[in-house]
Order: sequence, then C-alpha cells, then structure tokens
Amino acid sequence: MNATEVRQIVLDIIEDVALDEDVSNLNDEVALREQLDLDSMDFLDIVMELKKRHKVEVPQEDYPRLATMSSCVEYLTPKFQ
Amino acid sequence: MGLLREERTIKLPLSREFTAKDSEYDAIVIGAGMSGMAAAIRLAMFDKKVLLLEKHVISGGLNSYYGRGKRQLDVGLHALTNFAARGERRKPLTKLLKQLRIPYDELELYGQFESQVSFPGINLRFSNDIELLKSEISTHFPSQIDGFNKLLAKIESFNEVALDNETIMAKDVVSEFIQDQKLLEMIFCPLLIYGSAWENDMDFSQFVIMFKSIFLEGFGRPRGGVRKIIDLLLKKMEESGVECRYRNGVEEILIEGGRAVGVKTTRGEVLKAKTILSCAGYPETLALTNEKTSLNPAVGKMSFTETLFSLQKRPKELGLNQTIIFHNERDHYQYQCPQTLIDPKSAVLCFPNNFAEDDYQEGIYRVTMMANYDKWKSAKSDKDQYKSEKDKVLNEAKRVLSHYMPRFSQEDIIFSDVFSPTTVERYTGHFGGCVYGSTDKSRDGSTPFKGLYLCGTDQGFLGIIGSMLSGISMANLHGLMGQ
Repeated sequence: MNATEVRQIVLDIIEDVALDEDVSNLNDEVALREQLDLDSMDFLDIVMELKKRHKVEVPQEDYPRLATMSSCVEYLTPKFQ
Repeated sequence: MGLLREERTIKLPLSREFTAKDSEYDAIVIGAGMSGMAAAIRLAMFDKKVLLLEKHVISGGLNSYYGRGKRQLDVGLHALTNFAARGERRKPLTKLLKQLRIPYDELELYGQFESQVSFPGINLRFSNDIELLKSEISTHFPSQIDGFNKLLAKIESFNEVALDNETIMAKDVVSEFIQDQKLLEMIFCPLLIYGSAWENDMDFSQFVIMFKSIFLEGFGRPRGGVRKIIDLLLKKMEESGVECRYRNGVEEILIEGGRAVGVKTTRGEVLKAKTILSCAGYPETLALTNEKTSLNPAVGKMSFTETLFSLQKRPKELGLNQTIIFHNERDHYQYQCPQTLIDPKSAVLCFPNNFAEDDYQEGIYRVTMMANYDKWKSAKSDKDQYKSEKDKVLNEAKRVLSHYMPRFSQEDIIFSDVFSPTTVERYTGHFGGCVYGSTDKSRDGSTPFKGLYLCGTDQGFLGIIGSMLSGISMANLHGLMGQ
C-alpha cells in the first residue's frame, strides 16, 4: 500500500471520528488538533479504528506520531506493508 | 432483539464465533438509563460483545417519557443543559456527539429564550449568553460584579472532569469571590437543584460542571424532547450491535475472589462477563454484590415531586416568556430534604413551549418541588392518603404558577399528573427515590471489586449530558483502553 492510499485510509477514519467537520481542506503539515475539534478521546478513537478496520496497532508511546497527517502517513505506511 | 443477536453473530470474527459461549460477554451494563446506553454503545462500537440489562420495559431511566392517550409526556429532563450551537468546538455536547458518532443536526436542538432565579423582591435573569447574567449582577449587586468576573475566570480555567480532583465544598470557594449572601444563594440555587446530591452545598468540581452547563453553555431542547435523545441512542445501539434485554433486572452481581465475574438476573439466568459497568448507583451496586465491604456510601436524601399540566393555552398566551424559573419564597434558600412531604416554598417551573421552536400541540407546564421520600413512602401505604397528598402538591403547583401567570386558570387545564419520590424509586431503583445519587462519588468508577465499575450519577458527572459522558468515559477507561 502506498502513501496516497494510507492517507485516504486515515482521512476516512478522521472523517468518521470528527463527523461534523469538513476534512477536505486539511493541511498535511499542520497539527490535526489545530485544524479539527479533536481531543485525546478522539485520538484514542482513531487508534481503535485503525485496529478495528485494518488490524494496525499503535502503541501508546507512539501516539505523538499521529499529530499531523503527514506524520501519520510516514508512521503508518510501513505498518500497512 | 432476536434479530439483533443474529446480526451480531455474523459480524463477529470467525475465531470468536466458535469460541465465545452465548452467555459470556465482554461487558454487561446494568441499566438502560442515559449513561448505560452511552457506555454500551461505546463498547459495542469497538466490537465488544455487550449485553445491556434493563428491569423496565423502556429505556431512559430517570429521564424518560410516557404516553397518556395521544399525549406524550417527558419526565425527569426539563431541558438539555450544556447547549452548544452547531460547529462550537470543545464543548461537552459536541464531545458527546462525536464519541457516539451522532451528527449534531440529528439532535434538532433549539436554545432557550431566557430563564430566571426569583427570590423575594429580586429576579436574576440569564440566558445562553453569559453577558445577560453579568449585566443583571451589575444592576442588582454592583459591588459584587468584580468578584463575579474573577469567579468566572477561575471556573473557566478549572478542569472539573479530572478524575483525581479532591473534594472541596463549593460555598467555601465561591464565598472568597462573592461576599453578598443573597447573590451567592441565587447563583447556587439552579446548580444545586439541577444536580446536587448534597444538601445546601456541593463539591466544587460538581459546582463547576453545573455552572458551565447552565450559566456558560445554557439550556436547549431537542425537537421531541427526551424521546429524541432516547431514540438516537436506541438507533446507535442497534447499529453498533448492543444486545439489550428489557424486563431483565439484576438480582445479584456475582463476585469470586474479589472479582466480579457475572450477574444473576431476576429471571434466574446466570450471565458471565469480563467487565461489569453498573448505572444502578453506588450503594445500590454494592448491595447487589451480597459481599461485605468496609465502604458504606450514603443514600442521597434529595428527591422531588413533579407536577405536569397540559393547558389549551401556551405560557406565552398567559404572558410568560421564560423557559425555566427557579422560584424561592424564603429569605435564605434551602436546598434540603423537607420535614414535610414537600417544600412548597421553593420550586422549579419549566415551560418547554418557550424554546426557540415549539413543537407541542398544547401548553405544557412542569413544576418540580423538593420532597421527603420517607413521608411519601408511608403515605403510599394508604391509597386515599396518597391521592389526597398528590392533590395537595397539584394545588401548590397551581399556586406557584398563578404567581407568575395570574391568568393561569383551572378551566384551561386539560390534563394533570403528579409524580412522587416513590415513582422515582420505582423507575430508577435508587434507594430513597434519590435523584442525584449518593453523596459519595467514585470519580474513576472503581469499586472494591475488580471488573466492577460505576457509571452515571454516582461516578460524579452531572446532568443528562454529564451522565452520557460518564458512560462514555467509564467505557473508554475500563472497557477499551489498554486492551
């Protein structure tokens, strides 16, 4: 799976978790928390959705690597191989 | 419900389908009140096998509704607190909707007009915009406005939902900012009667929860009232695959070696689960374990009567535009269990027609008064006395309503009904018919038993939004995290 596909997977999850927000104009380099109404409970949801939908596990110490869309893609792409 | 079970089995990963026994669950949730439904949804959303047990035939617990003829009447919930407009971020309501994946628009929420706290000779008006309350305080208590602004700053920066906050009494904290006793009591009045298990005071964290939810965020009403919220939760339960059994109370929570392992239902069925979340209340939950513990959480003393009137005329036609009036006839406000069946000198009047939209066919008037459970319990044993006491409550409610609406007239009443603390007891199972639970809370939901956790009012979040957030937080903490 390439980076574009992984980005789409993450975007689909964020769209479901932050369900009233428009995610079409996300800046990949800016923290997701600054662009969307996401708190720690919502990041937990993103992690659990990754596990539920794609069997991809993110240990708690790696949560900071989900801060921006580009860091998500960089961190997660190897896990989807 | 049989269909739900079938759908769930199809969704299960193959390995689980063959190994999980039918009566073994990841989690059992006791009670289909607001917190229990929210907790069950969260767990099932992430593929936990969840069973929700409810002893009654409908859900909602304390906040529910009932039908009389073509009329559908809400009980418990006056208004949704924690109002948030569409797109408002970082509010409890939006947090709750996100966690349950309910789009804001599905709630069809409308804001209040204006409410007031009425003490002898003085009214404090407030709305969903804090500026109105500030200007009222500037007008009526000019020497107190600076202190009030400082109190606001403290409240806004306080993390009231931290699970490790220590218990400090709110009046001690607030009196550092507000010296005028009457203003202090007027600020406390709505916060106490809309959520405090303590008499005359409350824990500061709970004060902040209530202050934010009522004065900073405010009141709203979903189209259709509490029924709308319950229907949205039921739909989510079905979508996420929660198995819900009505008319199934819990007779005993089974404990083995200090750990909860399952429940025995009132039908005699033994059901096993790894985690049990109980919304039954703190003393009620411990009593269900049949185990002796050193803990002895108090039974709350605050219970209420609620009187409902349907009139041909709406409040506006009788000259009343307020949404909620917190009424008090004494010089010093008393929030405590009365010595008599009810305290007729204080009441909350709710006019659900007076929100930004009115979806009722007629005028609805609700009057809530503090009541003494023990006295109602003994009155209940004599059918004639119980009826005559309820008639007295009805008359007191009419008297208070006439105070604000001199044209409120007997001839216009087409329906009326009275609920007593024994009604609350019957529908919630709370000891003493208490509405806001025990004065002892378990903020992290823990009990002396592993695998058994509290959610709902005795976990300590208040109000209807608070109770749902409690269910969500406890499901996240004890059912989802670290697993």
